[in-house]
Amino acid sequence: MKELIERLGTKFPVNETVFQRDNLTFITTDKIHAIELITHLRDYEGFSHLVIITAVDWIEEGLFQLTYLLNNPKLKVDMGVRVMIDRKEATMTSSHHLWAAVATYQRELYEMFGIFFPGSPRIKEPFILEGWDGPPPYRRDFDTKKYAEDTYFPRPGRETHDPAEHMKEKMYPEGS
Amino acid sequence: MSLKDIEKRTVIGPMGEEIEIDPLRDYYCAATPDLKMEQRKSSIPIIEKFANWARSESLWILAFGTGCGGIELRPLVTPKYDVYRFGIQIRATPRQSNVFIISGYLSVKTLKRAIRAYEQMPSPKYLLALGSCTINGGMYWDSYNTINRLDYYLPVDVYVAGCMPRPESILAGFDSLKQLIKDGKGEGAAKYAEKFEWYKKNQKQIIKDWDMPDYNW
Amino acid sequence: MTFEPIQIAWTLLGLFIVFNVGLLLTSTVRKIGARVGKRRGIRFFQPHIDLIKNYSFRTNFSHGIMFYLAPVFRLTGGIGIFVFMPIIYGSAHFSNFSFAGDAILIMYFIFFGTLGMALGAGEGAMPFSAIGISRGLSQVTAAEIPLVLAFLAVFIQNNSFSITEIVAAQQGGFLNWTMFTNPIATITAMLAFLGAMMRSPFDIVLAPQEIPVGPPTEFHSSFLGVLSTNRAIFPIAKTILYINLFFGGATNWPVLILKAFLLYMWSVVVGTVFPRFRTEQSIRWFMKYPLILGILSILVLQLG
Repeated sequence: MKELIERLGTKFPVNETVFQRDNLTFITTDKIHAIELITHLRDYEGFSHLVIITAVDWIEEGLFQLTYLLNNPKLKVDMGVRVMIDRKEATMTSSHHLWAAVATYQRELYEMFGIFFPGSPRIKEPFILEGWDGPPPYRRDFDTKKYAEDTYFPRPGRETHDPAEHMKEKMYPEGS
Repeated sequence: MSLKDIEKRTVIGPMGEEIEIDPLRDYYCAATPDLKMEQRKSSIPIIEKFANWARSESLWILAFGTGCGGIELRPLVTPKYDVYRFGIQIRATPRQSNVFIISGYLSVKTLKRAIRAYEQMPSPKYLLALGSCTINGGMYWDSYNTINRLDYYLPVDVYVAGCMPRPESILAGFDSLKQLIKDGKGEGAAKYAEKFEWYKKNQKQIIKDWDMPDYNW
Repeated sequence: MTFEPIQIAWTLLGLFIVFNVGLLLTSTVRKIGARVGKRRGIRFFQPHIDLIKNYSFRTNFSHGIMFYLAPVFRLTGGIGIFVFMPIIYGSAHFSNFSFAGDAILIMYFIFFGTLGMALGAGEGAMPFSAIGISRGLSQVTAAEIPLVLAFLAVFIQNNSFSITEIVAAQQGGFLNWTMFTNPIATITAMLAFLGAMMRSPFDIVLAPQEIPVGPPTEFHSSFLGVLSTNRAIFPIAKTILYINLFFGGATNWPVLILKAFLLYMWSVVVGTVFPRFRTEQSIRWFMKYPLILGILSILVLQLG
């Protein structure tokens, strides 16, 4: 694995490497070289299977982290390629030409996080939310509780307890 | 289906003739529920009682699992619980069933289908709501995409609480539904027809892309 | 045969008995199926309750005139077979309206209901109905060919189109039954019998797992009530026809019901043992062994 990272380092900017397990490594690259790097991994290094594309909302840093998780069926190793993109203008180069499934992942990311992939097929069609008109619901500045209370006629009289506090009171009522 | 499919349009036929298509009129029955029909009862009490007994002893469930509870209904037809002996059977089409079980949480997307399926069932029809999610949202109460209270959108006859309820409690729910029907109180469909405007207002408030007729017959 | 008005009452009584026997047989068969699966199964009177419930729905919605007529046509098919067939041999009351050429009319009625259903289900908005009915029609047609060949063999053998005469020729000991005098035709007819009973392996038309319940998808409330009334009468009427043609008829009700039950069980046993055929498989199957046997039965009669 280490040789592979070194080999990649000579061709592409690899910023940060996390050796998670023997068979799972995460590398971070920049937005411009990401698709090139993934194509290289697919065509020359045998990472022929795309497992998932997912995103993380780093709201404090103002960043979205995209993770392309690739699998090498021959060596049975996984490689996650992380790309940090700006949260304000969340746009990423589309990679739908690499795998057929990518277009669907990108549709989902556009719907849930509002990350736009120009040129990706059917990107603006609703994926699972029909007729959604609020902000993308997986963004962390979207308040689901407030939205649900405003929209879905909550039944009054509902109590919520913090599980830890509640169990402490129940089981040890005298001490705190 | 999308909004475009139910717009009026003109189609050129094979002989060059123009055919006007109004899907709401041609493909659906555009009538609203007829309150008189929904409340129709036999004038002879004993016949109405007999009919109610027959309705209660022959509950045909629509095979439509809406949430996680869909999988919880399967044990009911296994040798251990065997609901067939209580006159409960499962049908694959809404037209032939008279019990609709909302089994667990309803996302907005599923609610749309549930409304369509419910409205297609012939009256009198009964609605059994399964799990806490249908009562107050359950563990999905603050979710952005699941409804909290089912009775704002469809008339519920019997609630079965639990997350998820065991098959035994579902059977108990069926028993109370049977008693309700025998007492002549299973009039959910009539209630729906009576407060139709209110139900539609609530439904349309959360289903933003309303792309079907108001009453799907 | 002269027509007497009282005959109508006797025919209606016979129809009532056959209708109830049909419903009870349905629940018995389902109970047997449940016991095989270690369940208790439905109650014996459950089909009756279902029927009452279906008739007591408050709303029903139609898709047009043919939609109304389809269940009526279907029921006409079932009742038509019954009305023109002698039920009890030698009984003045239960000979119904049998006449010299009744077998021809009955063969027409076997197919009549399916055709009516095709027109009605086509008018419903559900595309599944149309798929189901095209499957049903092709399967019934495929089953009909060996059936007609077997019937023709019996007609040629007895030189008659009258069911009463065919039954009369089989009296006097069970060795006179067509089953023993013409075994090839009987085997052909019994294979074709499976095709029209809507049971596995030929039940793809009505299978809920394939296309939700096929042609009757759209039919509800009293439409479905009429259809299930027919589903009680039609199989029994058809079974009685088989008893008359191949198994020596019946001289009283208990013998008739016993024979009908045993014959009905034939399709149930086969259905329990064999899995479902796809439409093209079942057509191919009907066009193979039953068809060859049917042609053989006629050839044997002609050459032998």
